[in-house]
Amino acid sequence: MGENVVFLSAKSVSKNYGGVLALKGVDIEIRKGEVHSLVGENGSGKSTLVKILTGVVQPEPGAEIIVNGILRSALSPLEAFRLGIHVVHQDLSLFPNATVAENIAIHEYTEKGKLLVNWPEIYSIAELSLREFNLDIDPDMELGKLPLADQQLVAICRALASDAKLIILDEPTSSLTRREVDRLFSLIESLKKSNISTLFISHRLGEVLEISDRVTVLRDGNKIGTFERKTLDKNELTYLMTGKRIVQESRMLPLQSQEIVLAVKNLSKEGEFSDISFTLRKGEILGIIGPRGAGRTELALSIFGMNKYDSGEIIFKGSRVNISSNRDAIALGIAYVPENRLLQGIVLPQSVMYNIVITNFKKILGRVGLVNRKVLRSFVEGAIRLFDIKVSEIGAAARTLSGGNQQKVVLAKWILTSPEVLILDGPTIGIDVAAKESIFNLVQELSAKGVSIILISDEPSEVIYNSHRILLMKNGKLVSEYLPEEISEEELETKIKE
Amino acid sequence: MKRIISRQEAYLLLILITFAAFLTFMNPKFLTLENIFDMLRNNTFLGVVALGELVVLISGGIDVSFTAIATVAQYIMGVIISSYYLNSVLAAFLIPIPIGIALGAINAALIYYTRLHPVIITISNLNVFYGLLIFFTHGKWIYNFPPAFRNFAGIRVFTLVNDRGVPYGLSIFTLMWILLALLTWFILRYLTIGRKIYAVGGNIESARRVGFDIFRVQLFVYCYMGALAGIASFIQAELSQMIQPNAIVGHELDVLAAAILGGASIFGGSGSALGAVLGVLLIAIIKNGLILMKISAYWQQVFVGIVIAIAAGITAYQYQLRRKRSRRDAKG
Repeated sequence: MGENVVFLSAKSVSKNYGGVLALKGVDIEIRKGEVHSLVGENGSGKSTLVKILTGVVQPEPGAEIIVNGILRSALSPLEAFRLGIHVVHQDLSLFPNATVAENIAIHEYTEKGKLLVNWPEIYSIAELSLREFNLDIDPDMELGKLPLADQQLVAICRALASDAKLIILDEPTSSLTRREVDRLFSLIESLKKSNISTLFISHRLGEVLEISDRVTVLRDGNKIGTFERKTLDKNELTYLMTGKRIVQESRMLPLQSQEIVLAVKNLSKEGEFSDISFTLRKGEILGIIGPRGAGRTELALSIFGMNKYDSGEIIFKGSRVNISSNRDAIALGIAYVPENRLLQGIVLPQSVMYNIVITNFKKILGRVGLVNRKVLRSFVEGAIRLFDIKVSEIGAAARTLSGGNQQKVVLAKWILTSPEVLILDGPTIGIDVAAKESIFNLVQELSAKGVSIILISDEPSEVIYNSHRILLMKNGKLVSEYLPEEISEEELETKIKE
Repeated sequence: MKRIISRQEAYLLLILITFAAFLTFMNPKFLTLENIFDMLRNNTFLGVVALGELVVLISGGIDVSFTAIATVAQYIMGVIISSYYLNSVLAAFLIPIPIGIALGAINAALIYYTRLHPVIITISNLNVFYGLLIFFTHGKWIYNFPPAFRNFAGIRVFTLVNDRGVPYGLSIFTLMWILLALLTWFILRYLTIGRKIYAVGGNIESARRVGFDIFRVQLFVYCYMGALAGIASFIQAELSQMIQPNAIVGHELDVLAAAILGGASIFGGSGSALGAVLGVLLIAIIKNGLILMKISAYWQQVFVGIVIAIAAGITAYQYQLRRKRSRRDAKG
């Protein structure tokens, strides 16, 4: 095996976007058959680098890109494709209405001068690549009917079918369950055996450390370094990414009150969760952790009235309530910040101003029930100060904000409704370490003011340092309860994986 | 893909057979070859343009201007053959096709370059094409056709005689419909452009990333619609033996309905030639059956409307189910 043979090496890669240097003389080297990870906070230049490697964006003059020993100053998308550099995008770029076979062999159609479809050829290409990597997926199946994880494997097979030498996986695990991640990782392992390189891009440092041979860290467009995996751990990697030693310690204040605000009894829904019972006290932060697919979001949606449960009861402040829609839940004072803020939490083309007041219209109405623009402005400006949202002006479209600031807008719009129970579903997904910090500071303040919070998270450290109690949920059931001081991150991590 | 008939088509066939059985029970005249051949011939125009609309729908677009395209193509053909007294059916057949293709190309170019929704572009063009035609022609009818044109309408592929001694049979136009359906099926299944049409309708962004030329696909799709509108306009002129500028415009929704009924999704990416044929047949049978049952024409419209709403509802529901499924997979 060609140990340490370099497939691709890029030197002094810079990129200037209208005066902003997105990349400053970055080098990267990817060996044949290597699993190389690329990590960095949002805005560190990861996606710019990927775009340069795939030819979508041209680097500033002076860059050297050497693939298979041939030097170029830039790549075009077609060149990159011909050299075998393929990206599997987060959205997969597949065709849900076509069969698995066609999706894999789609590049057959782009060949010049090909008028007729050669069906046997398409099936043999697809079957060959599925078999080569031991994937048990029916090539005749309509792609859209497969679970997302299988679709991703199909996307990788498509790259392989057109002779990929380097497969770039952009946040491939962000929506996979643990078992699916394992399957993906075993596919990556077998790519390695076929001497195909992988560039793995992820925010999940645990997975980065699990799968990579080497890790390249970017910060603010600079390369911090390329490190052997053996020399790294999570804390070290966080430090390299942020430049700050973040000491995590619990800052939990003791509970002020023993009053039970919300009690859930034997809540069940066929196929999603069963027999869920827990209580939530005033001002308490209750962490719910578990592997993806454990039913946490479904449970949260049931409490918020958007997912009808089959049996059980919800008791709010001592009386049994019937929450049949999210309007009922909001009226009671329950707010829900969804996991996927882009799909469910924020209206991207609309201004920050309207995104914030959307849940608070009653507060900005004037005498005759029309919107009072003065009150509106001052309300929104107050919110932007309070939540420290970085925005050029309040009329700016929400899409212009960074991920962390978008999340703050979503938090603001719900917190300003003065809820008594706030459900945060994965509030830190896809945002960087600094933004995470400020979100958790906010959560602590709310708790001190007596707001009860359900914090749904994937990260053991988040719940350990930010909640009063931790519930572990698996396969739709609550399996155990911990106090944060009695369990360590590692122990919790293994409990989740068990 | 290996299945010969999809589930949607099987459902349609089942509904079709049930309807037919019911109608035969109500009025035995329904299930006579004579009635069936008649029905097929009378719906050829609808059937042919539905095939074009199907292809547009699969690509994720929509075309409501084809009635105006057909009218313009038909009128120009009518003017040429009647004023030069051109005694050739081939000329009458061939004239409207390039006109339809040219007008379709205008649609495609506007849709691609303005990036407006096709429904807006084609509604505008419906009015522009039709408005210009009426402006220049003042809506005058044409009916003095040369003999070849008149005789062609009577051609039957085979001829039978009913018990009253009147000959009947499978019309040449029905044969054209069948051939065009086969052509459409072949294009969609065995030409790379056909597969690209499905791909673009399924996910236009992915299609762009894979390297498909989106404009070429759209150009093909709207020109194919235009060509079929041209052929259909010839058939319509043959069947009625006169050309009235206002005879065709107004039938856009019937055609859309037939295509959607046949399994084409308004969201793009699905549909089949067989489905489009079955969709037209279903509407034809309902209308024909209601006539045989002597039910008022207004009720026919109501009934057809209800059937369309149900069919479109079913496809929208299936689309939602699919989206829900992939959403559920995406979250924890």
